[in-house]
Amino acid sequence: MLEQQLFNALSLGSVYALFALGFTLVFGVLGVVNLSHGAVFMVGAYAALQAVLKLNLPLAGALAVAFAASGLLGLLIDVLVLRPLRARNAPHLIPMIATIGLAIALNSLAQGIFGAENLRFPAEVLPQQTLNIAGLHVTMLELGIIALSFGLMAVLLLVLRGTQLGRALRAIAESPKAAALLGINVGGLFMLTSFVAAGLGGVAGVLIGLYANALFPLMGQPILHKGIAVIILGGMGDIRGAMIGGLFLGFAEVLTVAYISSDFRDAVAFGLLFLILLVKPSGMFGKVLERKA
Amino acid sequence: MLLQFNQISKNFGGLQVLQGVQFHVPEGGIFGLIGPNGAGKTTVFNLITGLLRASSGNIVFDGQDIGNVAPHKITERGIARTFQNIRVFKEMTLLENVVVGMHDHLDYGFGGLLLNLGSFRKIEKEARERALELLSWVRLDHKAGMLADSLSYGEQRKLEFARALATKPKLLLLDEPVAGMNPAEKTELMAEIINIKQRGFSIFMIEHDMRFVMGLCDRVAVLNFGKIIAEGTPDQIKNNQEVIEAYLGKEEA
Amino acid sequence: MTMMEWWDGFWATYNTVIFSVGVNAMLALSIYVTLSCGLLSLANAAFMGIGAYVASLITMQAGLPFPVALAAGGILPALVALVIGIPTLRLSGVYLAMATLGFGEVVRVVVLNMEITGGPMGLNGVPPITEWWHIVLLLGVTIYFLARVRRSKIGRAFEAIKEDEVAARLMGVNVAGYKLLAFVIGAAIAGVAGALNAHYTFTIGPNNYGFENAVDILTMAVFGGTSNLIGPMIGSTILSLLPEVLRHFKDFRLAANGLILILVVLYLPKGIWDPRRIRAFMQRRNAAQTASKKVN
Repeated sequence: MLEQQLFNALSLGSVYALFALGFTLVFGVLGVVNLSHGAVFMVGAYAALQAVLKLNLPLAGALAVAFAASGLLGLLIDVLVLRPLRARNAPHLIPMIATIGLAIALNSLAQGIFGAENLRFPAEVLPQQTLNIAGLHVTMLELGIIALSFGLMAVLLLVLRGTQLGRALRAIAESPKAAALLGINVGGLFMLTSFVAAGLGGVAGVLIGLYANALFPLMGQPILHKGIAVIILGGMGDIRGAMIGGLFLGFAEVLTVAYISSDFRDAVAFGLLFLILLVKPSGMFGKVLERKA
Repeated sequence: MLLQFNQISKNFGGLQVLQGVQFHVPEGGIFGLIGPNGAGKTTVFNLITGLLRASSGNIVFDGQDIGNVAPHKITERGIARTFQNIRVFKEMTLLENVVVGMHDHLDYGFGGLLLNLGSFRKIEKEARERALELLSWVRLDHKAGMLADSLSYGEQRKLEFARALATKPKLLLLDEPVAGMNPAEKTELMAEIINIKQRGFSIFMIEHDMRFVMGLCDRVAVLNFGKIIAEGTPDQIKNNQEVIEAYLGKEEA
Repeated sequence: MTMMEWWDGFWATYNTVIFSVGVNAMLALSIYVTLSCGLLSLANAAFMGIGAYVASLITMQAGLPFPVALAAGGILPALVALVIGIPTLRLSGVYLAMATLGFGEVVRVVVLNMEITGGPMGLNGVPPITEWWHIVLLLGVTIYFLARVRRSKIGRAFEAIKEDEVAARLMGVNVAGYKLLAFVIGAAIAGVAGALNAHYTFTIGPNNYGFENAVDILTMAVFGGTSNLIGPMIGSTILSLLPEVLRHFKDFRLAANGLILILVVLYLPKGIWDPRRIRAFMQRRNAAQTASKKVN
């Protein structure tokens, strides 16, 4: 019984991890808590749906569209909203408040345009087969979600750890001023990070839309809240923390639904959040060091 | 002895920042702690004001061990501090800045402040008068109603002095008071510091401008790589071989 | 139609809106208190909800008089704030905002699942006993209280903490204690506002006190300006009346809210009511007028 939930938990957890990854990337590199990440997630899902319905694209194409659409949105947010605030040296809370405004505006626009009802991906687009792995019943969809999420995370890790670009990003995360002095194109990398992080968020949106078989304008909000819990759990700005935290949450939620009650599913994230805030506010992998200017 | 640093060591993880640091700050007069950048001077101040805890050794102030005192209680003990990168409250007026320093001494309760009782009004009035007086000591009283933001760098430094003095300290810690100042500003500030000393406050100063320190301090200790390499009068320090090497060596490199 | 008839008609249609102006002013002030100390708390909607539910249960089930319900509506959120404040206020700005957001969600989920609170349907038939003078009185008390606090060492301590915690601490300010005080005061005010609000809206449910509502409250304060007490009241008044004006935009009305936040943050960082900017503007205008007089 428990094993049956394994792939379920893995797929949910991996998407949480993917979402949290984008979120923590922006926090680590740009130093901003981007509360519009949930809206961007939602935009990706809707973009993919439109791609399937209007452009007749297969799922792979729709995912690419989602990545691009969300990524572009993330980029615009950086250029139009975050950059002017950076130029003004606004205290931390201000960009966060601005992203709250963005989230509200985007969510409402989506509701105005697409309506509040749940929408679905047409069944033909979804992979239908089920497999039998080690005696467990696994759907192709779950496998696909897991593969894509882990794949993207692996690529991201590779870039961050093993390339010049990754080193530059980590330098910026330590201290943007110092990085600029080293000749790193900080502004350009801010834009790139915003694009990629949002793109990943958009892909996560499609995956959750597929997993839950539902899209609705406010779908990004619960995920955003859980993403917050995840990155605090894992340590804000820490990539490993986001991934492990996301997986952890996925498992915790699935187990809670299976063994306690589905009513409390959404509360699990916050229960964990509270626990970690009381015990170790910097999170599992968080450092107590403050980011220098 | 007003302040005693007894065999203080401090390490961060594997990094040994201070090792067996020992010196005494006498009452009255100006004591200087000098040393090259990175020697550990600000750590000393952070240990005194409770922002950090020593790994070993103890700090005794006015006969009491202050190793475990929380930062917001340190003014109660009689120690006040200024900061290397001036930390005045920019959006408050000069007067308000100084009155914040009196926070601990304003003894009225919730009832008094809610009902605007006579006791509340009296204490507030006296606080403002005293703040104005402190500002006059540093010759900033004519700007009392202006925002701290509008002051020049040197003036902000003087404001910091006034605010620190408002806490009625026995010992005033000055963290690189003349950092970033031109010679004219430095001379003016030197006069302010002597002024404060003459009013009876003990001063403990960190600096690495040698000439400034030598001209001002009664006693000096030298910190290099986390260890005290000399302690004595300015003349003794000036002629100390190790000190000369520590400084000249750095300059040549 | 006589004057009386017109007034009766007007009141019947718009009394809720007018009451909301008062209640929203209290809510905006509740978040102003925390902001004046440098804290961004997204928990005030949850505190409002706690106050609303507690007060409603008292009038509906315990049958106790309104003042008791109002008092409980203020005290209970304050106690909760005290309990969760002690661990969470150790966190700095951004983490704190996240933690308070999380707390708000926990409250919403708990309320959603409890029998006594009516679950997802909420409480129905809350006695409509709020009168205009209740709101005026409590708003007045709130304003007086906050104005006095602002002029005392507490107000100065808040501002010092907001500017520079470390410096404040080393000047003898018990930073942790004052942050907790601001948090608790904000919670109490929000709770009383919630209690008042519940008793003219007949029905309350968990969705009235969620993230969107917390953001609404924040928007009112940020829009109005947080330099002094006047700003939040101006912001809350304008934003309470605006939906009536924007009524036929429906869903896009919320988008307008979001847009307002962004625009204010970008172009009016200190909100509408910014004494400094107004003073500077006045000075420039006076200078221009005297200059033009000289020319003439």
